[in-house]
Amino acid sequence: MKYKAKPLPPVELPDLRVVGKPLRRVDALGKAVGSTVYAGDFSMPNMLHGKVFRSSQPSARIKRLDVSKARELPGVICVLTAKDLPDAKLVTDMPGQTGQKRRAGTDAPVLASEVIRYRGEPIALVAAETLDIAEQALERIEIEYDTLPGVYDPLEAMKPGAPVVYEPDNIVATWKIRKGDVQAGMAMADMIIENTFSVPFVDHAYLEPEAGMAWMDDQNVIHIRVCTQVVEHFRSIARALGVPQNKIHIQGTFLGGGFGGKEDITVEIFLALLAKYTHRPVRLAYSREESIMAHSKRHPFIITHHTGVKRNGRITAAEIEMISDAGAYPYLSPYVLLYATVTACGPYRVEHLKVDSTSVATNNPFTSAFRGFGAAQACVAYEQQMDEIAKALDMDPLDVRRANYLSTGDRNATGQQMKSAVWLEETATRALETLGEKTSECGPIKVGQGFASYMQSYGRITWFHDTSRAWVGLELDGTAVIRCGVPDLGGGQVNTLCQIASEVLGVPLENFIIYSTDSALTPLAGTTTATRQLYMSGSAVHQAASEIRRVLLEYAQLHFEQDIENLELADGKVYVKSDPENFLPLAELTKMCAAEGLPLSNLALFKAPFTDPIDPETGQGDIFPDFTFGAHAVEVAVDTETGEITLLKSVGCHDVGRAINPIAVEGQIQGGSTQGLGYALMEEVQVVEGVIQTPSLSEYLIPTSRDLPTTKAIILESGTGLGPFGAKGIGEPSLTPAAPAVANALTNALGVRIKDLPLTPEKVLAAIEEAKNA
Amino acid sequence: MQPKMITLTVNGRKHQVALNPDETLLNALRQLNYTDVKNGCEKGDCGACAVLLNGKAVNSCLVLAWQADGSEILTNAGLGTMDNPHPIQEAFADAGAAQCGYCTPGMIISAKALLDQNPHPSEEEIREAISGNLCRCTGYAQIITAIQIAAERIAASALVGSGQGGKQ
Repeated sequence: MKYKAKPLPPVELPDLRVVGKPLRRVDALGKAVGSTVYAGDFSMPNMLHGKVFRSSQPSARIKRLDVSKARELPGVICVLTAKDLPDAKLVTDMPGQTGQKRRAGTDAPVLASEVIRYRGEPIALVAAETLDIAEQALERIEIEYDTLPGVYDPLEAMKPGAPVVYEPDNIVATWKIRKGDVQAGMAMADMIIENTFSVPFVDHAYLEPEAGMAWMDDQNVIHIRVCTQVVEHFRSIARALGVPQNKIHIQGTFLGGGFGGKEDITVEIFLALLAKYTHRPVRLAYSREESIMAHSKRHPFIITHHTGVKRNGRITAAEIEMISDAGAYPYLSPYVLLYATVTACGPYRVEHLKVDSTSVATNNPFTSAFRGFGAAQACVAYEQQMDEIAKALDMDPLDVRRANYLSTGDRNATGQQMKSAVWLEETATRALETLGEKTSECGPIKVGQGFASYMQSYGRITWFHDTSRAWVGLELDGTAVIRCGVPDLGGGQVNTLCQIASEVLGVPLENFIIYSTDSALTPLAGTTTATRQLYMSGSAVHQAASEIRRVLLEYAQLHFEQDIENLELADGKVYVKSDPENFLPLAELTKMCAAEGLPLSNLALFKAPFTDPIDPETGQGDIFPDFTFGAHAVEVAVDTETGEITLLKSVGCHDVGRAINPIAVEGQIQGGSTQGLGYALMEEVQVVEGVIQTPSLSEYLIPTSRDLPTTKAIILESGTGLGPFGAKGIGEPSLTPAAPAVANALTNALGVRIKDLPLTPEKVLAAIEEAKNA
Repeated sequence: MQPKMITLTVNGRKHQVALNPDETLLNALRQLNYTDVKNGCEKGDCGACAVLLNGKAVNSCLVLAWQADGSEILTNAGLGTMDNPHPIQEAFADAGAAQCGYCTPGMIISAKALLDQNPHPSEEEIREAISGNLCRCTGYAQIITAIQIAAERIAASALVGSGQGGKQ
């Protein structure tokens, strides 16, 4: 065996009863029997059907817009255009709790009034008695465009004289890192290795297209039922509608997948407007085609690495340039770019580092959050670069990484010190060991193995001053209730909170009910994004439950005449540890405490570390609460005659800190890596002159059950995370290393590198041909 | 063409509805409030709308409601309930096979169609049977495990002849 797992340092994890157990999720059976109600499943009496009229042009001026024929159609109740909503903007670049500075004049209008910047941009809204009538109304809207020159390539968009998407230029955001002395570092190098890598537009392709309904009540409150990752968007909607914030109520639902695509506002703004203008309930659901046209995409990036290395593999300096295509409106582009910038050099010690990154406006579909949020794109580049360094130095790829891996106590690209466990070699060697010996080759079939290491933050940028809230309470029969605004995307967010509180309070998991994702009735928990909910809301729930535990135990201390240390809450009982037969059911204890007027509920506020922004000139400063580390390894077979790549083996190994529910963690690793493997092998939203060429799931291909083998998930637990019970986060990290692992395996098989994802058969054949001719 | 009165028997309940010739079975079922039949693409690409039509798994978005006139339709919600789940539903819950849950009803219908024909499928046969059902959350591994668990449990309960735990 070439690779052997590096022994783990000794870890003492407390023995827990509920946390760490592979329990059935609280939401699992409802979903399995089809009882879970999703945003598109609601209907109401007297309900109208909404539709959105969108631009057919990617870059144009609206010469004439006439909706009168649509308005005249019997059954049409309302047609809205920008004229009805002066100045309504979607201020969505920083959803959640804290407003951030952004470039003036770049917010997307709710409805385009004059200039069209991308194909599919909303222009008018219709509400009608039936869906058929609403669709007919769209056909009666008359529009004439003056087409404008568009710009569809970020490199072109940066050139002087390029069409300007919005004044004064197409630069949406820039970040830089200046650390050490790059010139001096490069001078120390034995060799400088330079490569440029690129990644395409990708669609989230959640199974549930965006949907929802809205209605107005007798207090003029607009209620919106919608699948969103961010119930706090009620504030942006209130601003766009010109109503007070307490007049917008978002009742989120379980999401049929999000992955970042439901982080920006989708249907909810249109629903709110139509409900406000019609005073009737309105339903709006996107078709798959409209979904692909209307929501954000993962940013394409072009990333160039210049790395100075010693013969022993040690990196002396790195200079990295990143360019991302922001599409027609910035949305979260500045922050996606920041994540990419911060992780540009990967989980490696680089004392002399220079990073320059730029996000550029084009007339392409707009880009925003997608699981991995820039850090995934960065990893595709830095991990291929590490393999290229190994090749140039004729070293083993693991040895090159070993010479540079960060350790606890080291500082990352922004100078932030790593405080939790940094199990890079531990995860990489386990992934490789599990991959095992290379499968033998046969005829034109070449086989290769490859891996990638990564670091990825969990929790938001610390200068956003992130907070979450949760309420936990006991009922008089010993059951429990959690109220927490967390949207559940399917990753097990609500179950995790129940399992944490169950551990603390000794209330069995099945005796929990959780109310979630409601902007008015559940304490605001912030966004389900940034791999933050276990850390943030998990901590808030832990805090609230611990407070109730304290109340229960202080009372039980008097009842049992025992020290608190000798009492335990578990299995629905409080009991004396040294004499477990001496117990009281929680229902009894709860009643006794209630009779004394003791507080049996608690609202907790959890704050992440708060910092100042990083230095804009040097990019130095603390930036994230902490990071998750891990690795993914794969084996591929390549048919050199057809170019077809078959994934033979796949292993993901991650230090998750503590697995609250191992089945859920395994599901994150397998599901996240499948998205990463799709990113490597097949996924690309093809865009030509601003027009999406892959408008449905028969053109935009995601992995099916027959495309990939099962990813073996190896879960390590250092217990050093900042979350409850030492948990880190795994939602986004699970995806990040999978794609570069495939790229490295392919190069291992073929001896040539394709530096542009996805790795299609056409590109494989072209690369083989090129290598022959070289 | 004018709407026509058709009869659909869904999960044992008989419905008579007047529908246009271009109405899909998917829309007809959802309008009858069988919202466990999910709309994911309306093109037969994703499998979220799968139902059993006279015992055969179909994408209900690719069937016109008129074609289903007089048919027996079984949706996932017709297989079991929270109180009395079908063994496949129970196995999906236990194995972590439902993450967001949106593909789950269609996935379970495909699993049911498979196990009805082939009570002891291999992993390859399971992969083949669910290859028309897209899942974006799980990477399919826990779904495959769930179907294997369900097959074992159904076989075990058939052995003891109890038949408890849901309609089969």
